[in-house]
Amino acid sequence: MKDILQVLEGRRAEARLGGGQKRIDAQHAKGKLTARERIELLLDEESFEEFDMFVTHRCTDFGMEQNKVYGDGVVTGWGTINGRMVYVFSQDFTVLGGSLSETHAQKICKIMDMAMQNGAPVIGINDSGGARIQEGVASLAGYAEVFQRNVMASGVVPQISLIMGPCAGGAVYSPAMTDFIFMVQDSSYMFVTGPDVVKTVTNEVVTAEELGGASTHTRKSSVADGAFENDVEALAEVRRLVDFLPLSNREKPPVRPFFDEPGRVETSLDTLIPENANTPYDMKELILKIADEADFYEIQENYAKNIITGFMRLEGQTVGVVANQPMVLAGCLDIDSSRKAARFVRFCDAFEIPILTLVDVPGFLPGTSQEYGGVIKHGAKLLFAYGEATVPKVTVITRKAYGGAYDVMSSKHLRGDFNYAWPTAEIAVMGAKGATEIIHRADLKDADKIAAHAKNYEDRFANPFVAAERGFIDEVIQPRSTRKRVSRAFASLRGKKLTNPWKKHDNIPL
Amino acid sequence: MFNKILIANRGEIACRVIKTAHAMGIKTVAIYSDADRNALHVKMADEAIHIGPPPANQSYIVIDKVMEAIRQSGAEAVHPGYGFLSENSKFAEALAAEGVAFIGPPVGAIEKMGDKITSKKIAQKAGVSTVPGYMGLIADGDEAVKISAQVGYPVMIKASAGGGGKGMRIAWKEDEVRDGFQSSKNEAASSFGDDRIFIEKFVTQPRHIEIQVLADAHGNCIYLGERECSIQRRNQKVIEEAPSPFLDPETRKAMGEQACALAQAVGYTSAGTVEFIVDGDRNFYFLEMNTRLQVEHPVTELITGIDLVEQMIRVANGEPLSITQDDVKLNGWAMESRLYAEDPYRGFLPSIGRLTRYRPPAERAVEGATVRNDTGVYEGGEISMYYDPMIAKLCTWAPTRTQAIEGMRNALDAFEVEGIGHNLPFLSAVMDHPKFVSGDITTAFIAEEYPDGFQGVELSDKALRRIAATCVAMNRVAEIRRARVSGKLDNHERKVGDIWNVAVQGESYDVSIAADPKGASVTFADGETLRISGDWTPGDQLAVMDVDGAALVLKVGKISGGFRIRSRGADLKVHVRSPRQAELARLMPEKVPADTSKLLLCPMPGLIVKVNVEVGDEVQEGQALCTVEAMKMENILRAERKGTVSKVNAAAGDSLAVDDVIMEFE
Repeated sequence: MKDILQVLEGRRAEARLGGGQKRIDAQHAKGKLTARERIELLLDEESFEEFDMFVTHRCTDFGMEQNKVYGDGVVTGWGTINGRMVYVFSQDFTVLGGSLSETHAQKICKIMDMAMQNGAPVIGINDSGGARIQEGVASLAGYAEVFQRNVMASGVVPQISLIMGPCAGGAVYSPAMTDFIFMVQDSSYMFVTGPDVVKTVTNEVVTAEELGGASTHTRKSSVADGAFENDVEALAEVRRLVDFLPLSNREKPPVRPFFDEPGRVETSLDTLIPENANTPYDMKELILKIADEADFYEIQENYAKNIITGFMRLEGQTVGVVANQPMVLAGCLDIDSSRKAARFVRFCDAFEIPILTLVDVPGFLPGTSQEYGGVIKHGAKLLFAYGEATVPKVTVITRKAYGGAYDVMSSKHLRGDFNYAWPTAEIAVMGAKGATEIIHRADLKDADKIAAHAKNYEDRFANPFVAAERGFIDEVIQPRSTRKRVSRAFASLRGKKLTNPWKKHDNIPL
Repeated sequence: MFNKILIANRGEIACRVIKTAHAMGIKTVAIYSDADRNALHVKMADEAIHIGPPPANQSYIVIDKVMEAIRQSGAEAVHPGYGFLSENSKFAEALAAEGVAFIGPPVGAIEKMGDKITSKKIAQKAGVSTVPGYMGLIADGDEAVKISAQVGYPVMIKASAGGGGKGMRIAWKEDEVRDGFQSSKNEAASSFGDDRIFIEKFVTQPRHIEIQVLADAHGNCIYLGERECSIQRRNQKVIEEAPSPFLDPETRKAMGEQACALAQAVGYTSAGTVEFIVDGDRNFYFLEMNTRLQVEHPVTELITGIDLVEQMIRVANGEPLSITQDDVKLNGWAMESRLYAEDPYRGFLPSIGRLTRYRPPAERAVEGATVRNDTGVYEGGEISMYYDPMIAKLCTWAPTRTQAIEGMRNALDAFEVEGIGHNLPFLSAVMDHPKFVSGDITTAFIAEEYPDGFQGVELSDKALRRIAATCVAMNRVAEIRRARVSGKLDNHERKVGDIWNVAVQGESYDVSIAADPKGASVTFADGETLRISGDWTPGDQLAVMDVDGAALVLKVGKISGGFRIRSRGADLKVHVRSPRQAELARLMPEKVPADTSKLLLCPMPGLIVKVNVEVGDEVQEGQALCTVEAMKMENILRAERKGTVSKVNAAAGDSLAVDDVIMEFE
């Protein structure tokens, strides 16, 4: 008996060594952790339960039968993050470059199936050279099996991808269909075709980092939702994100004890809006002063900075935040910001996370680049996302809410539950100057008259009361009491039930 | 007594005057510019009158506008504060013409003391010690030697037209005088076209010590001890204290009596300050007299118990002083730290913007020290570019200097200011500097001790351990809370460990923690145990802790895997990790910050006034590249090294934020 137990331990030890000490050292030399080390840091200590440790590939071409390693380049299983269950797969670059074989894919599919069945998130750690070329179409089939499961799991359990090494070719499309992608600065990259192919086909000379590094995908392409300094930080921050998310669409978002007074008054918010309507201010200050313990987890921080998206907690409960940022492009809506916010709103709605919308929007960005780029359809995405969302929706207009952008930003008309405005709010079709020049076109040449008209327009419309008179604004609130009002609003909505008409699925303007 | 006074000032000093006026039952009128519409002094005053656009030369120092405000409000007297119109004799005259009392000295005294040469002559006549020297023309080296012997070595040989150190020599003996005289003369001739030279005593180890005087219109004049103001940065006072750690009672008395003699010689009334320079042998020499309330007056108030503003108001009202020289007793020690909106990590450049957080320490007695904070701002207020960057004067009083310094350290630690750059860390650093603590200071202290500017403080092992242990205790609270989230797998909860590693300031500490209801004991690998208690909970930005019986106040921020801790002038990233996390974290590569040496970044928010170079220009090290205006200051940005301009991103008139790229180099 003892011998048999020793055999097991021996096999486990061999499996844990993956591609061997030399390759582990090489991985470390690149500033990267191994697949198992990453799982250790991602999960609660000693909570990992591994599946399929002894799986090996079945390929016999190109001498592959001589090159079998336990686990076949991916470590899979489940464990807990702060006691809550998650499923995880972590590709092992030390084993055949982490390449994806038929069996490698099967291991991933197994935990994805279990995750959907049992209602827990899937966290994928990607570090792979790509398809296992020796296996040919079997490898491609493996990818597609994973893709199909990504699609099925979407909206059922949260899916999070960590890119911690290369992720190229078809491999990119699995993370692409997950809810969040996080990268590691300097040691990860993602692209459909690499620099060599790019050079051959288009004559462009570009490095892997420039083509698909963390900076590219968090600032330019918006493929990634965030980037971290190294593996340790990335894994710690994914733990932090998971603390905000429900385990599945069958469960409510998590609640945790909080140490902040829901009625906390912030007198400094009374002076947040500058005297001059054209002076920007930092919307993040408002977010941090509303949130429990000033804790905010920002998503896509470096992309389309004219809109802010992320998670906070109110009374310990997760709330998704969408806020215009007047510091960037005056907080206008454009193609990028609409797409960014729309995707975020849909994620929140899919997982029953209430949405807080903070509005200071002068309108949509004008220009040929916007129109040629299809701002109509992209802007419509955000409108659509808000319109279909059935989660609790609370909106605070701090300053400008002009034109169609007013409608888009979780207005009363899109089934906003609580629509508050600060006394500084200006809810109108457009600013006074523009409006006057249209309404009083005949007086355009008379500067004095135009100024007088503009003043009249401002007095009448540059305030929240016209909207409040019609009930489009539920109440005008003191800035200082925003946290209290918003907390109470969400508290009152905990039992909200709203269902959209049955349909196979909608047809959001993609 | 007056029914209503107008304060012709803004900021903390206006607030300071309003407080005393209200305590005396006097109504107050504030004046404000557009930039100060929501300022604290406006909120505090009984009424407020708008006097124009933000620049002071279009508002606060326009005599006509202030006079109009006085007429409009019906104020019977005016307190000018410091700066602005406080030493403007025309303003005092205008007030006199309309029968409005000036809470300050008579016009004549302002005029006489306002001129450097006149004031020095009057001082000499009044028997006040002045820097010995020879003001006349010196013909040759022999005469220079003769004069130097009379003045006493060391001497300073100066060009009459001199400035900026040109034509200036210090001589310690005869032949140095001969050489120095000739070279100064040559340099002066070539630099200024004027080779007149004069000689005065060179004051070694100079300290700036000033005497507070108080005089009434009935011939009474008393002195309220001295203030030591040697901690200065480019002639801007930073830290003051009273009394001076350097003066003995005899010197104090001599200085005080001379100060009074000077005040009486010019018929001075109200509060005034006579500034002296004091050398290493306690010889003191008159510098100038400030005919107003000084910024640093609170330290005098704290050690004498006399409200100077109240005295000024009473004197202006014609009352005789109720205090005699014998009543003046110096009690204990007071420190003042000036909190400036200047970023010490960026060469003390001015910083403007919104105070997203502003929480001064409570004004009360804590552990033997009394805290006083004179301020003119509030959380959510704005530091504008138009005025003095001083935002508060934090004072502590205690029976001894050591206790006053310790009180100041704690008060600085507890002072929360966010949203702008400020000099709190620098002030903390000075409070911990051994030379400052010993009282061995001169006006050159900052220039000598921080020759390359301020880069923050390296904490000692002892201080780091206290912080490390506290962070482990705080981290434990945070981790236990995280493990209490809903939706856990029943019976398989996460257990928060007791063994941790703390990485801070390049050090790594392995510790274990044992918690109990009253706090926690943190034990280091070498067996040292620190006992931590405090009521910090996650989200608190100030941790008021007790470590082994001594207070530890930390500013706490979040970073991934730990805390950002600010304390005692240090700004630390503290990572608290499990042993396994720590082991793996050690495998992570050091990231080198991006190379910005080929970029010219805007060091402060401001307006580009001028761009001096174009694309393709070759620039030399030190060459002016452009001018940025901020806080009324024109800051010239210069090339750090030789290079060629490859791109210019900004033009005159552009408003830039910190770290915006102004231009790039090849």
